[in-house]
Amino acid sequence: MSSHSTVSLKDQILNGIIKENTIFKLALSLCPSIAVTNNLKNGVFMGGAVLFVQVMVNMTISLMRNVIHPKVRLPIFMLVISGWVTVTQMLMAAFAPDVYAKVGLYIALIVAFASILARAEMFASKNSFLPSMADGLGMGIGFLFALTTISFFRELVGKGSLWGFPIIDTKPVLLLILPAGGFFAVGILMAGFNWINARAAAKAAAKAKAALATR
Amino acid sequence: MSHDFTKLFELIVSASLINNFVFTRFLGLCIFFGVSKKMETAVGMSITFISVMMISAGVSWVIFNLVLVPLEITFLQIIVFIGVIAGLVQLSDTIMRKVSPGLYYKLGIYLALISTNCIILAVPLINAEEKYTFIQSLAFGLGSGLGFALALIIMASIREKLELADVPAPFKGLPMAFVITGLIALAFTGFSGLITL
Repeated sequence: MSSHSTVSLKDQILNGIIKENTIFKLALSLCPSIAVTNNLKNGVFMGGAVLFVQVMVNMTISLMRNVIHPKVRLPIFMLVISGWVTVTQMLMAAFAPDVYAKVGLYIALIVAFASILARAEMFASKNSFLPSMADGLGMGIGFLFALTTISFFRELVGKGSLWGFPIIDTKPVLLLILPAGGFFAVGILMAGFNWINARAAAKAAAKAKAALATR
Repeated sequence: MSHDFTKLFELIVSASLINNFVFTRFLGLCIFFGVSKKMETAVGMSITFISVMMISAGVSWVIFNLVLVPLEITFLQIIVFIGVIAGLVQLSDTIMRKVSPGLYYKLGIYLALISTNCIILAVPLINAEEKYTFIQSLAFGLGSGLGFALALIIMASIREKLELADVPAPFKGLPMAFVITGLIALAFTGFSGLITL
């Protein structure tokens, strides 16, 4: 893949974390970002499960890309994804049963994530093994990062604790752990992301202008 | 017999209002935020959605209870359900194109979107987990579909008005939609405790 040799693996990973962050930027796969983020532990486990599935699917698809007939590629992608999701589900039920009891349904629904199918279709089916793995890692870490941020914020403000350990001793804002609070939290964090980006863009523009003026 | 009917009615009300998929279970959000910008698309999506939901609930119940359970391969449920749904969507796409091209022209694009919707997959999974009977599964599918339609239509009517509102710049678009959904969800918590199954 000569066209991709110019892009380093590091850039590919960073792309998924910042530039194309699944939740904050593309607004895809939103369901678990609200459903399981009322405490940090669930959020981290869910993000980890998605990371695992994304990397495994990307690796599998990129290895199989030369033998898949283009006409039947979508059903095959779905099959690969649901296979890995089943593996994840079983691993989680065996090793973290307490978390699984709460997030089990959402683990099964990773199958229907548009983002995973999209990466398989757009990237892994066209690229070789290592770049695909890096892409999966980046996308997965981006997702994990988003879920961790949201659940960190919600558990800290809503319950005054982190990972189940009490941190703040005041009366917490109960609203944020309630289902409705999830929407507020994501909305506010998204707006924050937009604000930071807009400021950075404005700064860059001002710098360019200043550079132009001095010349 | 009348007792059965009240049970079914309760199931429908609980699936559509109390455990509304969008506001209390947070499923189908991608589609929810995607197609709720205009009233017309929201209505089209709702109609397609309710019908596909009921059919897929019925078909997957039959496959789950007559094939997967006797063979003791229920761990394959995710793969099987997603296959059923994808096949069903493809089938209804083909039938609709042949039988009523006018309807296909209007609703065809929503059909393709539906197969990536998590609610459609969640309904058979929940049916299997709760061990509902065939009729109950259908009722649950109908109730969930109605609930989703209700959510979409409320949201679409609010967002049409929102076009004219003066929203702070960072909140424009999706963040604002999230905050509004939060407010509606808060209202929907009022339904909890209406019926105890």
